[in-house]
Amino acid sequence: MEFDAPNYPLLSKMATNDGHGEKSSYFDGWKAYDSDPFHPTENPEGVIQMGLAENQLCLDLMQEWIKKNQRASICTEAGVSEFKAIANFQDYHGLPEFREAIAKFMGKVRGEGINFDPARIVMSGGATGAAEILAFCLADPGEAFLVPTPYYPAFDRDLRWRTGIQLFPIHCESTNHFKITQSALESAYEKAQQANIRVKGVLVTNPSNPLGTTLDKKTLRTLVSFINAKRIHLICDEIFAGTVFSEPRFVGVSKILEEDPNCDQSLIHITYSLSKVLGLPGFRVGVVYSYNDTVVRCARRMSSFGLVSSQTQYLLASMLSDDEFTTELIAESRRRLSKRHEIFTSRLAQEGIQCLESNAGLFCWMNLKMLLKESTVEGELELWRRIIDDMKLNVSPGSSFHCSEPGWFRVCFANIDDETMEVALQRFKSFMRRAKKKRWQNGLRLSFPRRFEGMTTMTPMTPMTPSLLSPHSPVVRATTPA
Amino acid sequence: MHKKLLSRKAACNSHGQDSSYFLGWQAYEKNPYDRITNPTGIIQMGLAENQLSFDLIESWLKSHPDPAGFIRDGASIFRELALFQDYHGLPAFKKALANYMGYLRGNKVRFEPSNLVLTAGATSANETLMFCLAEPGEAFLLPTPYYPGFDRDLKWRTGVEIVPIHCSSSNGFQITKAALEQAYQQAEKCKLRVKGVLTTNPSNPLGTTTTRRELDTLINFVVAKDIHLISDEIYSGTTFDSPRFISVAEAMIGRDDVSHRVHIVYSLSKDLGLPGFRVGAIYSGNDYVVAAATKMSSFGLISSHTQYLLSVLLSDKDFTRKYTEENKKRLKERHKLLAEGLREAGVSCLKSNAGLYCWVDMRHLLKSKTFEGEMELWKKIVFEVGLNISPGSSCHCVEPGWFRVCFANMSVDTLNVAMQRLKTFIDTGLSSHDSGRRVRWPAREKANWLLRLSSSDRKCER
Repeated sequence: MEFDAPNYPLLSKMATNDGHGEKSSYFDGWKAYDSDPFHPTENPEGVIQMGLAENQLCLDLMQEWIKKNQRASICTEAGVSEFKAIANFQDYHGLPEFREAIAKFMGKVRGEGINFDPARIVMSGGATGAAEILAFCLADPGEAFLVPTPYYPAFDRDLRWRTGIQLFPIHCESTNHFKITQSALESAYEKAQQANIRVKGVLVTNPSNPLGTTLDKKTLRTLVSFINAKRIHLICDEIFAGTVFSEPRFVGVSKILEEDPNCDQSLIHITYSLSKVLGLPGFRVGVVYSYNDTVVRCARRMSSFGLVSSQTQYLLASMLSDDEFTTELIAESRRRLSKRHEIFTSRLAQEGIQCLESNAGLFCWMNLKMLLKESTVEGELELWRRIIDDMKLNVSPGSSFHCSEPGWFRVCFANIDDETMEVALQRFKSFMRRAKKKRWQNGLRLSFPRRFEGMTTMTPMTPMTPSLLSPHSPVVRATTPA
Repeated sequence: MHKKLLSRKAACNSHGQDSSYFLGWQAYEKNPYDRITNPTGIIQMGLAENQLSFDLIESWLKSHPDPAGFIRDGASIFRELALFQDYHGLPAFKKALANYMGYLRGNKVRFEPSNLVLTAGATSANETLMFCLAEPGEAFLLPTPYYPGFDRDLKWRTGVEIVPIHCSSSNGFQITKAALEQAYQQAEKCKLRVKGVLTTNPSNPLGTTTTRRELDTLINFVVAKDIHLISDEIYSGTTFDSPRFISVAEAMIGRDDVSHRVHIVYSLSKDLGLPGFRVGAIYSGNDYVVAAATKMSSFGLISSHTQYLLSVLLSDKDFTRKYTEENKKRLKERHKLLAEGLREAGVSCLKSNAGLYCWVDMRHLLKSKTFEGEMELWKKIVFEVGLNISPGSSCHCVEPGWFRVCFANMSVDTLNVAMQRLKTFIDTGLSSHDSGRRVRWPAREKANWLLRLSSSDRKCER
């Protein structure tokens, strides 16, 4: 929409700038999907949505539980006696039973034997609200948080838009599976210092979005030591904590605190949500969990701007206190995610697509470098447009996650049913076959990055095996001795 | 921990919770009245909640089991709702809400669902509008007395300033052109750029609906100054007596030049008594405001679970009509009870026709006609009489001696007990001399309170 003169100057800069982040490529694919959504019978050629990290695998279990537990709803005959008290309840401490149930569930889902304190649970408008609240509490406009790349695109909006704070990347690379290193942390901190920007903390996502990997103890200890030494905060976004489906087991920052009494706990804060593990993004249940009493108090006051509906609190308090149910749900969710992940990654591998080895999350981090016409962001976006137009799959390009290496794509697998997944995998297969055929036909020149064309020195490698071709490419296999 | 490790917002007290408005609540929480277990406890009369008509909703629920079971047209929609996080909101809910808002305005105006933005309560709606319409350091003009929570909602995280438009009892606290101009000039003196005016209609704490004349004055003023007008109409459904409620939307009819600068805030917390559900909305004729506010609503969406329930409830026009009429009837009766009880105690209140409270005149009970005098009287009423009412100074009233007293959040019995206590207090003349029994006024709280009184003068020294 054009900004016309009478309306434009009347609004704030915040209302008219791009801080909402919706101009990013992350959303373009969604627009393609919205205008041509796949449906197995009504639109079988439509775009399949694989850019949405939703967990639709266990909603049937919850639906069943709700049916069997009528009293959990204040609107049923069984539960309506609670209606008045609940509908009237707007205390920002939240329903006590809700806080207790969430605290218990947080501990259970991590499986580390950590007890979370209900008194530290602060509600927020989803994890989106939680991240923003912490940014408001911990930093002033102009100050910065360091975030390892690749990271969830909407952090740019959640942490920066209305708060005025900045995000500085901690560059992570595929050479060590994108792990966060001490030197990468130091380098990012230095860079901010040089730009005269005060760093207030580090924000990590564990398990990672988009990588799908959990942080190991060594990395967590490195992080905790780093922030202690610099006297800055550590925010751990653990919203995918319940989605760990294989080894290694989840280790959260709370475990490190338990094992390291020297760490200043008041620098540690966690954000959580029920949107990923339970698949309830519509219910807007976010949590700020801070080990800092002042932050808890401040965040609680700020939570007035995004409390969880008491109707929803009541329902979930009941559901999450049902120990037998949550045990079954967590186990079954794990099983279904693991199965989905296994099918997906193995079928992709059959077509020559490797994914970063992962043990969590609702997505895979695919390496499509071998399909790039050039190893640049433009090359990646060109490939991405081809994926949307030819494959009719909305996947998310790594550049939208600020990944420093072109060619990586996040593809979600838990938001579609088995049939749709099969269709998607077939499309991958066809696309890869066409791509290979095209490379054969064009003599492979197009696969080379442009930067090689200007080189004056010959590399000892044959033109068939430049480092950019996937080691599993049939081209490599054809020329390398068995 | 060093305060400077946190943000300035975390370390300051702009959250407003040190104000007397909240201190009375704290006193209540430590010693709450209960007819049986604590009959000498403090009665909560500082909470503008509508608890009078829950039974109507409860009986509707009993005859409409589908929303409870996440059923629509016989099929389960649990999955659909669980996944629904579109910030455009559930279409059926927005349509029902828009229709309900139209109904409350006598269907003289029509609200388009596409111009409605859903937010987590009016608290979030007001803050979002500040983020959209003003830069940090800019100002909105608000007529006094006003809802104390605005100090937090409009200013805390946004950095926006509030400059008061002083209204006085000489004309029933109505907003005049002169008062608007004076406030605007005061802002200019303080080098604050004014971005708009925010009024509450029906007013909190006055309980009066804004007159057509005032609405025209407001609209003309914002047009002349090229600024915004926000009309917080969250009490629109509580108008129980004449004159009828006139929304700013109605006053805009026939004026093509204003829809891009006028915005309405609504909520179901007061009219339907559902504050726990966190249902707020912004209505704006300015597409850019709608677009920006919609994106910002990501930070506080309404639970889809709740949207669905209310979409069914509010679409039942038969129910909304019966509910609204019965609710108004009950509010009118309760208001009458309070006003009469006060009269018997020799206390009058501002003539009002809406809201969940009365604006009570206790000026004649002050030992000294100052805010210190008001505070002293308030202390006595909270700690000796045992009624938590809200002192006018917490609402930024310019005249000491006014108090807001709520009537819709308790039973008739409790209201009678409250009135009896007040009558006894006044009849025995305790208000006019020292009872000899000192109530401990915590030093820190008193210091904060006095700081607050003087800080509103210091604002201009920025």
